[in-house]
Amino acid sequence: MADKIKAGHVHMSGCTGCEVAIADNYGGLLTLLDKYVDWVYDLTLADVRHIPKMDVALVEGSVCIQDKLSVQEIKETREKSAVVVALGGCACYGNITRFGRGGQPNQPQHESYLPIGDLIKVDVYIPGCAPTPQMIRNVCVAAYLLLKGTKEQQELAKKFLTPLMQLADRSTSACGCDLMYDVINQGLCMGCGSCAAACPVRAITHEYGKPNVNREMCIKCGACYAQCPRSFFNFDVITEFEAILELFDGALK
Amino acid sequence: MEHSSEVKTMGTELGKYKTCVSARSTNKEILKKSQDGGIVTQLFAYALEEGIIDGAIVAGQSDEPYRPRPFIATTVEELMTSRGTRYNISPNVSWIKEATRSFGLDKIGIVGTPCQMQAVRKGQLYPVGLRDVPDKIALAVGIFCMENFPYQSIKQLVEDHAGVKMESVKKMDIGKGKFWVYTERGAVVQLPLKVTHKYEQPGCHVCLDYVANLSDVSTGSVGSPDGWSTVFVRTKKGDDIWGKAIAAGCFETKPIEQVKPGLELVSKLANEKITKNQKTVEERATFGVNKALRNPYISPK
Repeated sequence: MADKIKAGHVHMSGCTGCEVAIADNYGGLLTLLDKYVDWVYDLTLADVRHIPKMDVALVEGSVCIQDKLSVQEIKETREKSAVVVALGGCACYGNITRFGRGGQPNQPQHESYLPIGDLIKVDVYIPGCAPTPQMIRNVCVAAYLLLKGTKEQQELAKKFLTPLMQLADRSTSACGCDLMYDVINQGLCMGCGSCAAACPVRAITHEYGKPNVNREMCIKCGACYAQCPRSFFNFDVITEFEAILELFDGALK
Repeated sequence: MEHSSEVKTMGTELGKYKTCVSARSTNKEILKKSQDGGIVTQLFAYALEEGIIDGAIVAGQSDEPYRPRPFIATTVEELMTSRGTRYNISPNVSWIKEATRSFGLDKIGIVGTPCQMQAVRKGQLYPVGLRDVPDKIALAVGIFCMENFPYQSIKQLVEDHAGVKMESVKKMDIGKGKFWVYTERGAVVQLPLKVTHKYEQPGCHVCLDYVANLSDVSTGSVGSPDGWSTVFVRTKKGDDIWGKAIAAGCFETKPIEQVKPGLELVSKLANEKITKNQKTVEERATFGVNKALRNPYISPK
């Protein structure tokens, strides 16, 4: 198909779990590649050595600022990509790499890891550790519609992506504490339980209907806050859930 | 029973729906302990037996009376232990991923308040931390909700205001402008809602949904006669399951136009809630001196 977009996966300091999550769309990924996307850059999948021009760059991992190549590549990614997506907790918020303090062979001096938003402007966030295949699919379909869809589809895609753009604009750090600061302290929590369901390390329990975060366990992936219906809730999109889910499901069939 | 594919809206306060009826379960065992028409228990029981769902996340029993905890019922017997309303928070959505993991459910039923239905739909569209969950939601049943209470609030209302031990309560109900406490011994205590308001959960005051607009099927007592429930059938999924349940004889129904007080009261209460809470949302914008409280409907910032 002529109207494919160019996209790729840029690997910073991450565990490849985000990329595995992309692949976990299974057959859907093949449809994605058949119909919508030319996958132009990917350390593990494409034989391309230098970051090419891309419509959408999915960046996994945080940037080790002691690693010159990483710093150079993240800047280059920004220069060459129309849309930069921070894929996963490390790229968005540092996540588990926040706890790095160097001393590991064979580069013991590599001790400082920053979320990519501390070095470049990021357009869209997909938080979580690992991000989910379905969330990646939804964002990819929306990104495609935004670039290549009809006017109506572009409008919808823009509305769908807006909160994820606002998350990118909001912060480069995350913690279960966000639930206290920006939800409970703000008088917004109604005890639905979304945060606990989203937490990948089961750090959140509900005592008497409100989340209680075990802060020692929190890996700072940002899933809980992004999942909370009181972090963002865009009525114009979510009310149309039936049609939009059909659209997302249908796109990969 | 007619099933129209056309979507009606009475005004946005009632959300989109395909049909609306007054209904009650035809199962006497369910009605013995149900809050009203036993709609949720009956619908899940039918869906479980037919394999439409393989488990339902409900508000189950805990070690304290009238303090619910999320519970995954995989049999009708288990379901029956959760009949009735508890009027405080059961974070049912917290089990939605675990239901697909340690419980191995592929077709989840979930019951919840309007905000919990919002959480489920946000979770399907933006499954940030809900891997493989979005396509496993088989039946989301919403319950009408004006506001919810923390457990301690209910305890204070029942024990301090109504003067009844939590252990002695047979049923609690909110209706006809009052909070009712019925005891096992037959005593009935009523509190005006004026007393209950200050104990409400603060997070409820920005909620703009009364009748669980985002559920597959939503239900509540308002609009229907005692012992019956008003039922909105909203989505394709909901329409399909409701139609089959009716065909299987699970429910008696009456056209909503033919019951008192009818849809007008539902509409009136929905508008009251939305208007009041919309005002709260707006007041938050000027809460401090040139400082706003956060508005989740605009941005996560």
